[in-house]
Amino acid sequence: MVTTKTDSNIKKAEVVDLTFGYTEKNVLNKISMPIYQNKVTALIGPSGCGKTTLLRCFNRMHDLYGEVRYNGEIKLYPDDINILARDIDPIEVRMKIGMVFQKPNPFPKSIYENISYGLKVRGVKKKSYIDDKVEDSLKKAGLWNEVSDRLHSSATSLSGGQQQRLCIARALATEPDLLLLDEPTSALDPISTAHIEELVTELKKSVTLLMVTHNLHQAARTADYTAFMYLGDLVEFGESSQIFTNPKEQKTENYITGRFG
Amino acid sequence: MDSKLATTFSKPQSIKRRVRELKELVIRIILFICAASSVLITFGVVWTLLKEAFPFFMEVSVKNFLTDKEWTPLFENPQYGIFNLICGTFLTTAIALSVAIPLGTITAVFLSEYMSNRYREILKPILELLAAVPTVVYGYFALLFVTPLLQKIYPDLSSFNALSAGLVMGVMIIPYVSSLSEDAMRAVPVHLREGSLALGASNLQTSFKVIIPSAFSGIASAYVLGISRALGETMVVAIAAGLQPKISLNPLESTQTLTAYIVQVSQGDLPHGSIGYKTIYVAGVVLLFFTLIFNLIGLRIRSKMEIKFK
Amino acid sequence: MKQQVEKLKRQDSVFWIVGLLTLAFALITLLSLIVDMAMTGWPRISSEFFMNFPSRFPEKAGILSAWVGSLCVVFVTAFLAIPLGIASGVYLEEYSKKNIWTKIIEVNILNLAGIPSITYGLMALGFFVYHLKLGQSIITAGMTLGLLVLPIIIVTTREAIRTIPAHIREASYSLGATKWQTTWNHILPYSSGGILTGVVIALSRAIGETAPLITVGALTFIAFLPTAPVMATPPYVSAQWLLDPYTVMPIQMFNWVSRPQEEFHVNAAAAGLVLLSMTLILNATAIFIRYRFRKKYKW
Repeated sequence: MVTTKTDSNIKKAEVVDLTFGYTEKNVLNKISMPIYQNKVTALIGPSGCGKTTLLRCFNRMHDLYGEVRYNGEIKLYPDDINILARDIDPIEVRMKIGMVFQKPNPFPKSIYENISYGLKVRGVKKKSYIDDKVEDSLKKAGLWNEVSDRLHSSATSLSGGQQQRLCIARALATEPDLLLLDEPTSALDPISTAHIEELVTELKKSVTLLMVTHNLHQAARTADYTAFMYLGDLVEFGESSQIFTNPKEQKTENYITGRFG
Repeated sequence: MDSKLATTFSKPQSIKRRVRELKELVIRIILFICAASSVLITFGVVWTLLKEAFPFFMEVSVKNFLTDKEWTPLFENPQYGIFNLICGTFLTTAIALSVAIPLGTITAVFLSEYMSNRYREILKPILELLAAVPTVVYGYFALLFVTPLLQKIYPDLSSFNALSAGLVMGVMIIPYVSSLSEDAMRAVPVHLREGSLALGASNLQTSFKVIIPSAFSGIASAYVLGISRALGETMVVAIAAGLQPKISLNPLESTQTLTAYIVQVSQGDLPHGSIGYKTIYVAGVVLLFFTLIFNLIGLRIRSKMEIKFK
Repeated sequence: MKQQVEKLKRQDSVFWIVGLLTLAFALITLLSLIVDMAMTGWPRISSEFFMNFPSRFPEKAGILSAWVGSLCVVFVTAFLAIPLGIASGVYLEEYSKKNIWTKIIEVNILNLAGIPSITYGLMALGFFVYHLKLGQSIITAGMTLGLLVLPIIIVTTREAIRTIPAHIREASYSLGATKWQTTWNHILPYSSGGILTGVVIALSRAIGETAPLITVGALTFIAFLPTAPVMATPPYVSAQWLLDPYTVMPIQMFNWVSRPQEEFHVNAAAAGLVLLSMTLILNATAIFIRYRFRKKYKW
């Protein structure tokens, strides 16, 4: 399934005319944007602009909290399936699209149990397969060397940065098509942040990433594409180099030069 | 690449998905039935009490029930003046509250405003042990410790009396009043407290002029809980307050509450449908009526409080 | 100005003393209750006291049938109230939608918690004893107390679940877990400390409860034990004990307390001491569990 080519852009997913809201009021207005395979796409914008809301549409997280309205589509390729469609099971969406949260949220169980949980809910029982998967994911998340000798100790005893990498490994273990990152470094110190950023750049070889961040430098450093959102609208989408050096929209320029937000 | 986890999206008709959804649905329904059973229990309680109490009024007129001078349903010439039992109930409740409300409130202020977290963490569970002691033990204590003690002060105190039952009940209820009040006081936003202290007010002024008024609805609902506990308390009054229903507010004499009457009659042989059987249900209905009123008042106050703090 | 400050300080220290005295009064009352009962009852505590049946002769009377009865009744109570209470709590916290039905159930549980215990006894007398014809048996008593402590378990289950932060649930859902998988693998294990605390407190309440059992007609003179649940001949297990008559600790104590003879009051004190120890030990256990689990999970 993984394509090796990187020079031209293959769409992994695409948001098409997405309008979203809980009740009457729309939180997202007619958003359209592509997500390219094996790239990092960043969502930026002032708080309350809807970037996290958009991210949480991708794994139907909103469905957990009662009635919601999705108009428009999020298409997942190559299946070409609208994951917001009514007859699509949100649980299957979450099985294909992983997520890492703002605050590291390991389960208060062992490191091993954390990583293997995604496999457990998928009904995987084969011990050797799970063991391999745990090792593999921890290696991908750059945590294996630090924890290989204490896989069965509690995950909550790890430092904040290690916990966040554990959460990344936990999501990777289920081989997601798309990995959602919701301000993954906002609760971390600068060194751990640098670690995670490096990791994100490394990970795009094997997975497609969509990341919300409030840190513009982070977006500029790690993202191939950047989308700027404001008050529920997608103001501008483009390659990061273009957005940060030569924005087309006045609002984007005002935001990245620090005039508001 | 490993294809073990590669899933495709299933149609709603797919067996796998149907099985999963069915399983989740069955679990949800079972859990709902469990939660809803509590409603059935309430209806069961109210319905059984009303059903068994109703035949009483086939034999006794409402007028007699409300106006008879005495409550002697098992005597040769029975009288059915329910106010004799209501009077005993409210007398012991009033004595209990005159202990529990002041002491409970002071304790709450003290724990919430004067104690450090560390001491509060230790003292609160110990205080709550007061509510954990079985009530029959309190009954023993009231009858065989407090009454003899009080008789040294009032030699004419009868050995069964409303006073010692009420006092012991009051001590028993202190934690109900203090715990809820303290929770309410500690829910008062810190900035109100700091605002007052910054103006140079003492801890005491802050407590009584800022904290208690802001937490008033929480404290009031603690009082209401205390009242409904006192009304429904059974063993202490059954053991220590006596078996003589009367319309009197003299705490030094013996009396009888609704609950103690039920206990007294239940101890004997009680055939289904006898007048004794019917009267305990009538007493139960009256008791339930009063406690439900206080419960509803408490709920009203509490929901007002929730709105205020949101 | 200075005078004013002095006055405020004085007021504060006066209240300090008042508060301390109030607290001391409550605790001294508790202490004198325990000491008084221990001094009177301790001499009666012996192995015979635990192994003898009640008797007309105070010095021969014991609490064998009472403590065995208490254990049997509490077993039935636990069997009924624990699953029902936890399931209800889980439903209300994790599954229910905010609608009128949920509101009705919630208000109802709060109301149920405020109903006097003796009215449960009246309900049980009318419904379990006469309507279902279960008689004055262990199962009647166990079910009555089960319903009585149900709200305690529901409320503590809900409180325990509420301390689990939303992001833990979201982590589970984001990995593709269903609602039940999330509940079973995460919510229940992480709230088990709080739930266990509630269960222990509920059972301690059930052990000490007297009034509703008097109403359902617990006999006070029981000089035999319930049928053994296991036997040597087929079918080896028997549920007959559920339908046997019984007495329990608090009723035995009430019975002795209500007699005029002083010697029986000594027995009452001894029984009270045993009962009090049982409930205080259970409550201490609850405090300990709460403390342990609070240390285990820091969110």
